[in-house]
Amino acid sequence: MALSAAEVLAGLAEIVTDETGIATDVIALDKSFTDDLDIDSISMMTIVVNAEDKFNVKIPDEEVKNLLTVGDAVNYITKAQG
Amino acid sequence: MFKKVVVTGIGATTPLGGDSKTTWQNLLAGKSGISTLTQEWVAKHELPVTFAGQAKTPATDVLTLQEAKRLDPSSQFALIAAREAWADAGSPEVNPERLAVDYATGIGGVWTLLDAYDVLKERGPRRVLPMTVPMLMPNGPAAAIGMDISARAGVRTAVSACASGTEAIANAFNRIRNGEVDVVVAGGSEAAIHPLPIAAFAAMQAISKRNDAPEKASRPYDIDRDGFVMGEGGGALVLESEEHALARGAKIYAEVVGASVTSDAYHITAPDPEGSAAARAMIGAIEQSGSKLTDVAHINAHATSTPVGDIAEYNALKRVFGDHLPKIAVSATKSSTGHLLGGAGAIEAIFTVLALHERTAPPTINLDNPDPAIELDVVTSPRKLEGSNILAITNSFGFGGHNAVVAFRSTN
Repeated sequence: MALSAAEVLAGLAEIVTDETGIATDVIALDKSFTDDLDIDSISMMTIVVNAEDKFNVKIPDEEVKNLLTVGDAVNYITKAQG
Repeated sequence: MFKKVVVTGIGATTPLGGDSKTTWQNLLAGKSGISTLTQEWVAKHELPVTFAGQAKTPATDVLTLQEAKRLDPSSQFALIAAREAWADAGSPEVNPERLAVDYATGIGGVWTLLDAYDVLKERGPRRVLPMTVPMLMPNGPAAAIGMDISARAGVRTAVSACASGTEAIANAFNRIRNGEVDVVVAGGSEAAIHPLPIAAFAAMQAISKRNDAPEKASRPYDIDRDGFVMGEGGGALVLESEEHALARGAKIYAEVVGASVTSDAYHITAPDPEGSAAARAMIGAIEQSGSKLTDVAHINAHATSTPVGDIAEYNALKRVFGDHLPKIAVSATKSSTGHLLGGAGAIEAIFTVLALHERTAPPTINLDNPDPAIELDVVTSPRKLEGSNILAITNSFGFGGHNAVVAFRSTN
């Protein structure tokens, strides 16, 4: 069963926290991965791979550069599940 | 005009303790850091050797989860040791362009490399973590320290097997002595207690197989020694020009007075039994100090507890010191710590510095039946070092025929 956007956000926040140590409650839909959360490309790829595992989706490398905010990632994952 | 070089900070995480103070206290107390390995991979691979000197305090107890995730264990140990040394030196304000790192490893990120290969085989290339390369590279520990203290005068890595840590200190000493830099964090670390290195060292008959008595396994100079014992951890020293240290009122442990690196060109693993290149390294370090051979009062020997290695070093010592040799207090501290490979030279340099600073040579444990072929005054319980301006050397030798020696002089 596909997860709701809120459930994807909660799961993604766990992954980001695990990788970066950023508090889960700071990780909101409008936050930019680079500008707000200071996540570098190496951490981003780790987050992407962990998200693929957790949500059982594929996020192609060429798609990653379009995921600028947490909301972008949540939208992509939510749709990709379906 | 050469600069005088002094030691102003020390840090270590070893099988004897999570910091240099605990390590030194347990060393003086004659404790062993060697224990049976309880990890599932020991039985799974039916390893012929089931013990080692594991870090007393796991690195993940000290670092944040995120720091630990991005660092191979060899870099984790390096960072812990360097942070202690840096704090011990008073966290000095140093011009970053005059601050450098010389930090060694024997093998590099062996855990990262082999774990990543398992992931590749089992889960495919997409699952290989993007941090794999920076974590496995042998300059990873040096780079981690350099970033932590903002060193911008060069971050270098000596890789010369078990001589690496001492060679790094020699390199650091020369940079300060030549006036290139003011301060260097120097040392080495290793984290190779992994089934592959254990199997490989066992295959070459280099490590002890005394599985029934791990604490007795590392026994340099004893007639029943049967190989070295792998250890893990790291050590770091803050080396500084005396001028820079005095200007900021730093505490000084000892002076670094000489260093020398030579090579055997004899055999890829066996030491030259004549020990002529090892002897030249000792003589070179002592000559650079401007002292006489007879000024040497204490030696932290390489003494790994292998049958041939201990004899080869003894032959080199005889060649260098002749009649003066019986007057030198020799400590073989690998008996307590095991052999930290690329980290060995660093922690043994710290022991040598502390021996001078506290005027106490640390004991050699497990010397129950001294090998009659080795006539040394081996220190078996903490021994007072008398006098002033005492000279001490630390020896490290490595597979590949590497010989590295650093000489220190007491200052207090």
